[in-house]
Amino acid sequence: MPAASTRRDWIFGSVGSVTFAAIAAAREHAHRAVKTTHPSPFEFFTAIEAADVAALAAQILPSDDGPGADEAGVIYFIDRALATFDADRQGVYRSGMPEIQGIAARPKDDQLQLVRSIEKSEFFEVVRTHTLLGYLGSPNYGGNRNQVGWKYIQFDDRMAWEPPFGYYDAETK
Amino acid sequence: MSGPKFRPGDAVDFLVIGAGAAGGVMAKELAIAGFRVVVLEQGPYWREKHYSHDEIKYTFLPELTNDVKLQPITFRANEHEPAKLMKAIEYGRQVGGGSVHFTANYWRFHESDFHERSLYGEVPGTAFADWPITYADLEPYYTKAEYDLGISGLAGANPFEAPRSKPYPLPPLPVKSSGVLFERATKTLGLHPYPAPMAVLSQPYRGRPACVHCGFCESFGCEMRAKSGTLVSVIPEAEATGRCEIRPDSYVRKIVSDARGRATGAVYFDAKRREIFQRAKAVVLCANGVESAKLLLLSKSNLFPQGLANSSGLVGKHLMWDNGSFATAVFEHPLNEYKSVQVTRVIHDYYAADPKRGFYGGGGIDARFNFYPAGFALYGMPPDAPRWGSEYKRLIGTYFTRTMSLLAHATSLPMEKNSVTLDPDVKDAWGLPAVRITFENHPDDIANLKWLQERQYEILKVMGAKKIWPQPVEMYSTSVHLMGTCRMGRDPKKSVVNSVSRTHDVPNLFVVDGSNFVTSARQQPTATIQALAYRAADHMIRAATNGELA
Repeated sequence: MPAASTRRDWIFGSVGSVTFAAIAAAREHAHRAVKTTHPSPFEFFTAIEAADVAALAAQILPSDDGPGADEAGVIYFIDRALATFDADRQGVYRSGMPEIQGIAARPKDDQLQLVRSIEKSEFFEVVRTHTLLGYLGSPNYGGNRNQVGWKYIQFDDRMAWEPPFGYYDAETK
Repeated sequence: MSGPKFRPGDAVDFLVIGAGAAGGVMAKELAIAGFRVVVLEQGPYWREKHYSHDEIKYTFLPELTNDVKLQPITFRANEHEPAKLMKAIEYGRQVGGGSVHFTANYWRFHESDFHERSLYGEVPGTAFADWPITYADLEPYYTKAEYDLGISGLAGANPFEAPRSKPYPLPPLPVKSSGVLFERATKTLGLHPYPAPMAVLSQPYRGRPACVHCGFCESFGCEMRAKSGTLVSVIPEAEATGRCEIRPDSYVRKIVSDARGRATGAVYFDAKRREIFQRAKAVVLCANGVESAKLLLLSKSNLFPQGLANSSGLVGKHLMWDNGSFATAVFEHPLNEYKSVQVTRVIHDYYAADPKRGFYGGGGIDARFNFYPAGFALYGMPPDAPRWGSEYKRLIGTYFTRTMSLLAHATSLPMEKNSVTLDPDVKDAWGLPAVRITFENHPDDIANLKWLQERQYEILKVMGAKKIWPQPVEMYSTSVHLMGTCRMGRDPKKSVVNSVSRTHDVPNLFVVDGSNFVTSARQQPTATIQALAYRAADHMIRAATNGELA
């Protein structure tokens, strides 16, 4: 696996580091995200890191045919997981985040290419796992806001059901 | 409800180690018979109010099971490999043990399961053997367990079922879409589907409410007390006698024995990691098929230099695995398998071994819900689906409600080389040696898993599946059925306990749990573990009454 900076150079076709403009754009993005969806600051991520990881999560679960990682607040789930029950994985993020530095400020096509280049990495696998947990896990952890993930897959968390439960057992009634 | 408090220095009549499927039964039977009982449980004492539908907490974090951060486990396929850290085995770690979070399949063994060696002959490379007891010996105790705990099912619906003296105490739970499709298809194939016997209440029973079909059984604790684990059935009865103390957060490090070679109690760490010696006239080890063996190996003394009750050298040997073949399929319409219990229909047509297949083996197949939402997205999708992006998301959305699985519960042959030993290097958070698992499947077990997976494909096709995907049978998953490591037998050189779970070497020490199993049957060990516990309790009560255990 090539070093992070090498890959980033290749993807972004630039000069070895993200431009100040890109950083500013990412910061602006993160600032907006924080301001509009959550009052408290991140515990683990800086705002810029959060914007980049959120952009990666949004590639894993895009907001196309229905709410995705963004609407579910996956980034808040991940931040909280890394600050609490999954603190063991902070290191994976620390070493993985340089690979996606600046991704939030890039056009969608660039983002796709970058994700393709890291999709076999441990970092991607952990972000993927966290993204799915933040989309489909209990809303108590800060993700799956308004149960958007559950609604998307048509799962309904209730304390009680009565038969018929599904199409085929209803058919026999 | 809670029981009395005994002083550790006062010798109680029975010290039970482990408050799970077997230990809970022991507590009730011994306390009701008039004995003073202390039950030491390494995990916490939670009630139904503690439980929830939180998938992250109960399936991704070790809330109800052993935590390898505290109690690491190492694994190697054979003794020539270095052992690596891996959660190879999993067990319930709380009052109620695995009966709190289990799927609640509750199968009796078949008559043949107790004498398969005589029926099918030797299997090279294994310690395949008959049990020292028959189904008839155990039948009254299966019945007792079904009535004490509350099992739902339909007697006589499975034509392969062994004779039973009484019907199930409760009727079966309502059929789900997976069950309807499975029943239709297996009947078309000339097979014999029947309503799954489940340790879940289909109607109110003995002060507990019926299942409300919330769907959170496997891996979860039941918030309704409708899942018939020991936590909500026999353990409260034991405590109500005023003679049984359940002592949670008590992690035993050694069973102590005296110069006469008799057990005198056990030393355990309490919640503050203080060492306490609880004295007892007799010790009943119900810590599960891995932890019981570990504890005997840890309990060395001058008289027992290779571990307590281990003159045979077989403590920890013959570990059998939770083998199963697994196939998942997607259907045209929503099944909504996330509602109600995991399993509603089963077949036992392929249960018996058949020498014509060219290998020893067999299995029971159930139709089931297997993946909660996040688990489905991460582990339940077909291998050819994209793993991220728009199409991946779209498929999760379409498939989640339309998917179900078939699980074939299969044989695991007993082999001496498959074992639980003490890891020479790795220690747990209390400084005790970690469990080291050595395991590899017998070729017949692999052949059987592949054969069963072919049967699953046949059934799923007739069910009208639009797409079917298997889990490769070579892929080991964590074993949750822990069997064989203190096997039962008549010959003290070839077994650890006798036919009533009493150790050959130490007259007042019993081991009662999945470790007693001589063969694996077709998994689903809980009913048999509990029947063995009821039978052993009868024997202990007689022995104690006759003064044999004093």
